[in-house]
Amino acid sequence: MKFLNADVVLKDKVLRADVTVEGGKIVSVDPVKGTSARAGKGDIDCTGLTVFAGLIDMHVHLRDPGFEKKEDIASGARAAVKGGFTQICCMPNTKPVIDNKVVVTYIKAKAKEADLCKIHPIGAITEGQNGENLSAIGGMKEAGIVALSEDGKSVVNTKLMANAMLYGADFGLKCLCHCEDRELADGGVVHEGYYSTLTGLKGSIRAAEDVIIAREICLAESLSLPVHICHVSTYSGVELVREAKRRGVRVTAETCPHYITLTDEVIKDFDTNTKVNPPIREERDRLALIEGLRDGTIDCIVTDHAPHHYDDKHVEYALAAFGTSGLETSFALTYTQLVRENGFPLTQLSALMSGNPASILGLEGGEITVGACADLTIADLNKKWTIDPAKFLSKGKNTPFGGREVYGEVKYTVVDGKIKYGERA
Amino acid sequence: MIERKDLLGLLQPRREEIEEILDLGLKMKARLRAGDKSLDILRGKTVTTLFYENSTRTRCSFELAAKYLGAHVVNISAQSSSVQKGESLVDTGKTLDAMKNDFIVIRHPLAGAPKLLAETVKAHVVNAGDGMNEHPSQALLDFLTMKEHFGRIGGLKVAILGDIRHSRVAKSNLYGLKKLGAEVRMFAPATLMPIGLDRMGAKICASREEAADGADVIMGLRIQLERQKGGNFPSLGEYAKFYGADESLLRHAGKGAIVMHPGPVNRGVELSSELVDGDASRIEDQVLSGVAVRMAILTLLEGGTHA
Repeated sequence: MKFLNADVVLKDKVLRADVTVEGGKIVSVDPVKGTSARAGKGDIDCTGLTVFAGLIDMHVHLRDPGFEKKEDIASGARAAVKGGFTQICCMPNTKPVIDNKVVVTYIKAKAKEADLCKIHPIGAITEGQNGENLSAIGGMKEAGIVALSEDGKSVVNTKLMANAMLYGADFGLKCLCHCEDRELADGGVVHEGYYSTLTGLKGSIRAAEDVIIAREICLAESLSLPVHICHVSTYSGVELVREAKRRGVRVTAETCPHYITLTDEVIKDFDTNTKVNPPIREERDRLALIEGLRDGTIDCIVTDHAPHHYDDKHVEYALAAFGTSGLETSFALTYTQLVRENGFPLTQLSALMSGNPASILGLEGGEITVGACADLTIADLNKKWTIDPAKFLSKGKNTPFGGREVYGEVKYTVVDGKIKYGERA
Repeated sequence: MIERKDLLGLLQPRREEIEEILDLGLKMKARLRAGDKSLDILRGKTVTTLFYENSTRTRCSFELAAKYLGAHVVNISAQSSSVQKGESLVDTGKTLDAMKNDFIVIRHPLAGAPKLLAETVKAHVVNAGDGMNEHPSQALLDFLTMKEHFGRIGGLKVAILGDIRHSRVAKSNLYGLKKLGAEVRMFAPATLMPIGLDRMGAKICASREEAADGADVIMGLRIQLERQKGGNFPSLGEYAKFYGADESLLRHAGKGAIVMHPGPVNRGVELSSELVDGDASRIEDQVLSGVAVRMAILTLLEGGTHA
């Protein structure tokens, strides 16, 4: 199958080309000189469309097993391919927790059944996320996990966290760290600042996130191991990562579309769809995150896709569940914010949403190159559309972006050479 | 005319709405002083007080205000209600609405709960205090006492001292007083002072003396002992010594300054007993203002203007 006359986003340039895939692999990328090759049966004319290496989201909550009312593996996978994702990594805060090979095997089986995108489980650092004993890390690695995370909280015991990094490294697994000092956060549900005072909602100061970012960096540096910082939301956190990278610490970091798009003003009407952890912060933080993405301090964009049933959100703000359903809006929000608003080149967008996550976790894909797996995301970048949660394929309709106009619509999602989303799927 | 279904706070209402409530409140207060407690403005109407937090004075004040206006009153407290069976606020609201309540007066420990209820029900919702957000009827009764005493609110200097961070009273006072043209000073231990009040128009003071200097009103806020577990200050004794108000502080205030407190007072903590019981104290008058201003609120939300 050929994707003809496309603007193909390669690692270092955008090239008008025909991309040919066979047997699940990219077999050629032929520059178009003059007119494109004639479309044969099964080929797709991509004139006016842009082809990216398949998007990878390394921070997703699929809720399955245990919370299938919010999302299940099939619905999450449908949302993922609609959002242009060819690979997603799912966090372990399920019920039961992903802390043993049985749960890993279950998820892999369900993913195969759904047969849409590639789904990589992430194992919990500790059993039941109890913060006490290491989970069955080796067994989970054999069953297919790609990383470790305590997800949604930090491992409080610093010695245990050090052991997790050491033991995980034996199996080639990195720790992805949700950074939050619970004592300091003290039950805060929003960023502490003008708007927490205005609403009377309990705030959490930046330091509640930063002190654990600093701790994980110290551990990585001291142990000469890599570490990955989840969903950075503070300007000061960006600076901690930047300074650590300058020293040569093997730290990588991610942020999410909502942190680079919104500021904490959105909480002022008590819309529970704005409740995320870490909280949406101030303009200063938003701008620092964009600069962090620009200069490579922040390595990737993830959704932290956290679907919830409306029962979990249609309550008092303090009682509402944290999280936003992000898979179906991430590409457009990120493209609009970074490329349209901030002048990022498409090659950098591709690195942030595909190349860097692949290299952080050692996944296939991440780049359009001959011989690579044929994971492609094909988008119409000039298409302007309005986000409507009622149209989400995810069970979670919880988004603070309803009604927002964005650019960039995913037309086709191709996984291992097969169209999994798009008109001809 | 108050053209809103609910009174959720003083952030939204216009100055004219606040003044209208105060004008009617003054008339209601005069009638109460004259012993006139059987009005028929809300005859045939039902007022339910829905309290998710303990309260004696606010609930009693709303109940009496409603009864003096001729309404039926039902009191629900979290201890005895379906709340403990796990019913959501939204479902409770739908149930109360289905029973044809005309007013729901809600107190809730979580900010924004009255707004959620108001969006759910057809009944008028009056916020009787939501977490650290707002307590509009308390601020309005404070204004009523100030207005009656000074004849005006514009130009007054009001010093608010105490646990500002956890105080919905301080914020409702700030929003309303700024709209009415008063100056608001605030002083608290750094651990009990939230971010951003200066941006909302408050003058944040470095000492209690600075706050009290030339002030017309010294308002103490209750130190809520149940909220002081996190080590906000070492002891009540130390709080009283370094942050409390006593007669020596009153000497910094302007001539004819008054002392106020939303109650109940921790005597000898935020205010000395001498201040509470002294000539400058208007704390008991605030209680009468409370019933009067709540009568005004209920009347105006129902669409009435008469008294």
